[in-house]
Amino acid sequence: MTPFRYSRAADVADALRQGAASGARYLGGGTNLVDLMRESIERPDALVDVTGLGRAIEGTPEGGLCIGAGVRNTALAEHPVVRSRYPALSRAIVAGASAQIRNMATVGGNLLQRTRCSYFYDDDGSRCNKRLPGQGCDALEGFNRNHAILGASPSCIAVHPSDMAVALAALDAVVHLKGTGGDERSFPVADLHRLPGVRPDVDTLLEPGELITAIELPPLPFAARSTYRKVRDRSSYAFALVSVAAAVEMADGRIRDLRIALGGVAHKPWRAFKAEEVLRGGTPNAAAFAAAADAELADAKPLAGNGFKIELARRTIAAVLGELVGDAA
Amino acid sequence: MSIAKDAKQLVQGAVQGLMAKAVALAPDSWMPGGEPDPLIRARHGHVGQAISRLDGPLKVSGQAPFAAEFPMEGMVYAALVFSTIPRGRIIDVETGEAEASPGVVAVMTYRNAPRIAPPPIMLSSSKAAGGDDLPVMQEDIVRWNGEPVAVVLAETQEQADHAATLVHFSYSTERALTDFAEARAAGTRVGMFMGQPLHMEVGDAEAALADAPVSIDATYLTPRHNHNAIELHAVTAAWNGDELRIHDASQMVAHTAWSLGHIFGLEDDKVVITSPFVGGGFGGKALWQHQVLAAMAAKVCGRPVRLVLSREGVYRVVGGRSSTEQRLALGADRDGRLKALIHTGTTMKTAHNVMPEPFILPTMSAYASEAITLDVQVVELDMLANTFMRAPGESVGTFALESAMDELAEALGMDPVELRIRNEPEKDPTSGLPFSSRNIVEAWRTGAQRFGWDRRNPVPGAVRDGEWLVGMGCATGTYPYHRMPGGAARITITADGHASVDIAAHEMGMGTSTAQTQVVADRLGLPMEAISFRYGDSTLPGLVMAGGSQQTAAIGAAVIAAHRDLVKELLKIAGNDSPLAGLKSDEVAGRDGGLCKIDEPERHETYASILARAGQASVSVAAEAPMPLETQHWSMHSHSAMFCEVRVNAVTGEPRVSRFLGAFDCGRILNPKTAASQFRGGIVMGLGLALMEEAQFDERKGRVMNPSLSEYHVPVHMDVPEIDVIWTDIPDPRTPMGARGIGEIGITGTGAAVANAIYNATGKRVRDLPITLDKLL
Repeated sequence: MTPFRYSRAADVADALRQGAASGARYLGGGTNLVDLMRESIERPDALVDVTGLGRAIEGTPEGGLCIGAGVRNTALAEHPVVRSRYPALSRAIVAGASAQIRNMATVGGNLLQRTRCSYFYDDDGSRCNKRLPGQGCDALEGFNRNHAILGASPSCIAVHPSDMAVALAALDAVVHLKGTGGDERSFPVADLHRLPGVRPDVDTLLEPGELITAIELPPLPFAARSTYRKVRDRSSYAFALVSVAAAVEMADGRIRDLRIALGGVAHKPWRAFKAEEVLRGGTPNAAAFAAAADAELADAKPLAGNGFKIELARRTIAAVLGELVGDAA
Repeated sequence: MSIAKDAKQLVQGAVQGLMAKAVALAPDSWMPGGEPDPLIRARHGHVGQAISRLDGPLKVSGQAPFAAEFPMEGMVYAALVFSTIPRGRIIDVETGEAEASPGVVAVMTYRNAPRIAPPPIMLSSSKAAGGDDLPVMQEDIVRWNGEPVAVVLAETQEQADHAATLVHFSYSTERALTDFAEARAAGTRVGMFMGQPLHMEVGDAEAALADAPVSIDATYLTPRHNHNAIELHAVTAAWNGDELRIHDASQMVAHTAWSLGHIFGLEDDKVVITSPFVGGGFGGKALWQHQVLAAMAAKVCGRPVRLVLSREGVYRVVGGRSSTEQRLALGADRDGRLKALIHTGTTMKTAHNVMPEPFILPTMSAYASEAITLDVQVVELDMLANTFMRAPGESVGTFALESAMDELAEALGMDPVELRIRNEPEKDPTSGLPFSSRNIVEAWRTGAQRFGWDRRNPVPGAVRDGEWLVGMGCATGTYPYHRMPGGAARITITADGHASVDIAAHEMGMGTSTAQTQVVADRLGLPMEAISFRYGDSTLPGLVMAGGSQQTAAIGAAVIAAHRDLVKELLKIAGNDSPLAGLKSDEVAGRDGGLCKIDEPERHETYASILARAGQASVSVAAEAPMPLETQHWSMHSHSAMFCEVRVNAVTGEPRVSRFLGAFDCGRILNPKTAASQFRGGIVMGLGLALMEEAQFDERKGRVMNPSLSEYHVPVHMDVPEIDVIWTDIPDPRTPMGARGIGEIGITGTGAAVANAIYNATGKRVRDLPITLDKLL
């Protein structure tokens, strides 16, 4: 690990002031950033600890929920309103990592964790465009069983590892940011992460020094009927091969509205707009679910090691929707 | 070089072969075990009691010192730099930035490393411990991807770790052979293991297979596995003049001390290794480069050095299990009697080690088949030397053999348990030797009943619980009884009636010190509190490897030998005034704090009384165990009947084990509590082998790509159901205490039991480990 300075931010303004310095990085729970520093993949000059900021979960005037960026994953998953009104989010969080890691990890940090592609982690021994743009990608022809089937580029086939972010993307969550100039902006969590394109080193739309201050969940009443299903190689402490977050609103035997997002398939939490479009207003049945999944996966491109993900995603989407609709019936 | 090694092994093997024939024909009474250990008869002592491990309180209170926890005056911390090419030369090294980094004491590369001899490779002599015999940081040559190329020494671990990132190497890369298919296309040759070619033929198996009315013939694949003991390999090394002192995490302290002496040109007594506690060994805690580098670095900087491998470091420096491609063909009569058994295949090693994964071992004594062909072919790759890993051979060999038996049972329309029992041999099918003790049928019957095997639906894919397909499978596990030469022990009894047993053995978490204290207490007739079992120190007697599941027998035989001499000595010094006067050593036994005549227990005198009369403060006797000829006179093997219930998700293919039972026949169980943990631990590792373990070796560059417990999957708690373990507890009359080692058998058979249960659940036969969900979609 390269030596660095450490300081605690007193408040958001203080954080932004310190975070504006070149080479500074915000520190949440450190459950990924510190690992990357140990591997010398991240070498910040200064860490600005923002875990003391934004620790509240509060109702919004619109009837939603505003979650401070410093809220620990465990606290969010256990929050009674989240459990009752946004069960997909609660389930997604507890499906991730281990209890110890969830106790440390913050909501803001969880969104900004980086891929677990093993070639990305192999600092000296492998080529990686995400680590060093233009170097090449050893995963393309290497072990890519865990890698992307959607939205990948010849530069990068990595996937985003977060479970929580998949649920947030499905639930129309909005991320609130504050820039070093004090400017505030917000956009959907589903848009926070970029596709790799030719710049896989840039994971998100965040500007340098910009700080996630909060995540806002809209009221979305039908999210009370939402869930998260994670498919993985062991029962715990494994990243998703495919995951599905979904919420369904039924009316008169038809799907009035729904949300679907996929994890483990792309460089970002993948909001399945095409599948939603196919099903919205339609009758829920196996054929419709299959057609929706096919629509979403039509552009999926398998690599040598991950072709199974297409069929797995198709099946998991159908199973999750079937479960939610079954609940409604 | 490798051919020469094979030739040397062949000569050794020929000598061993002649010996074996002579020993096989000799009378039973000439053999160790010819007269059963008297302790087998004693059924009311400490042996067999479920006693909690004696070191438990020390461990849970953090007071048991492991190798990385011994402080030394002026100690520096080491970090390694690993090569990033599989083969080539170092053309430039930049160390200036690292040397100038805060806290750095020295940077060692091949340019300034002390000149030393290469490690003596394991099995090349009785005391050799090296995983390979490559020179350690002596030249500009790189021989595998991940080989240590620099050691950075600093005042703190953090400073060393950081400075290690500032050392830069330039290489000229040479063409490396890292692709298995390419190597095989260039030719294979028969593997040599323990001095013998891994090849055996009984009759004409191919012809018998062709004639058999029912047959199966399939290929099974198993991947590379890496060692992942929870305790990272660690060493603390210091020089005192020409004496080398090392705290190691070791399963072979005496071997390692001798080998380091050889490497550094020191006399035998100039290297002292202690290893009081080890956090798991599994075959990986041998002599690898890190101990040598730590001792070299301590010379370079003139200070003690602590070197703890990172988890990645374990993957780069410590060998693992090779992958295998196995053919298993079985031919049978319609009633299920085997006519042909063919188990052949290919594995890989390096030119610098002597360990082809011997996957045919479990098949040698498994089933009564009229014709048997066994063969292991080997290719050599440019990679880190592979090595022994829990049940080398048996763990992956039983996957192929026992999956094939399940396939044959299916082809015959026969119950898989009955098929195995029907082919139970009366004598060893390849060596012809009689069995010392073999009660596998009892294990099958009791295991099947307890597991509820009769509830299994033999039709694949027929049982469903919601989304989950449910199935049951079974398999035989097996592991041989081993006892290696060189065992020795010292027993000392003091006038206060206290006894100590000294032997250079190991406690790696399996409960050795507890179980052996129980044994010694019964042998001497003392309470356990009066026994000190001292181990984990190379200056103690004996050459005892905690490997091959042989340590229990090795200690047992050494203690028997020392005890025999101790009794003689005690009877001698007891003199004519003792109630024991005139008795011979085989007429007396230890009881109630002293000796008594076996069939006349009132003729008794305490050790304290004997010593007091003789005016001696203590009596101390050391003795060596006899050569382990029993294994060449009898066929000595443990077995298990493994039963598994799995649930496979019909939507996602996720396989999850829901129930497991192992019924073991391993001789007498010394301590049911620690034994149950051993069995369960082996089964848990077997579940990992079945479902998730795989070292991802990128054949383009010969580099392991998942060197972490995050990406190299082993089972987590939620993957492990309740595991039921039972045992026959029938003593083996030919072994010390009637016991056979139990450290490895748990992993054997487990992979096939899981695979067979998955077939029963889904109708999908997966012959390629690990059985991940994509293979079940």
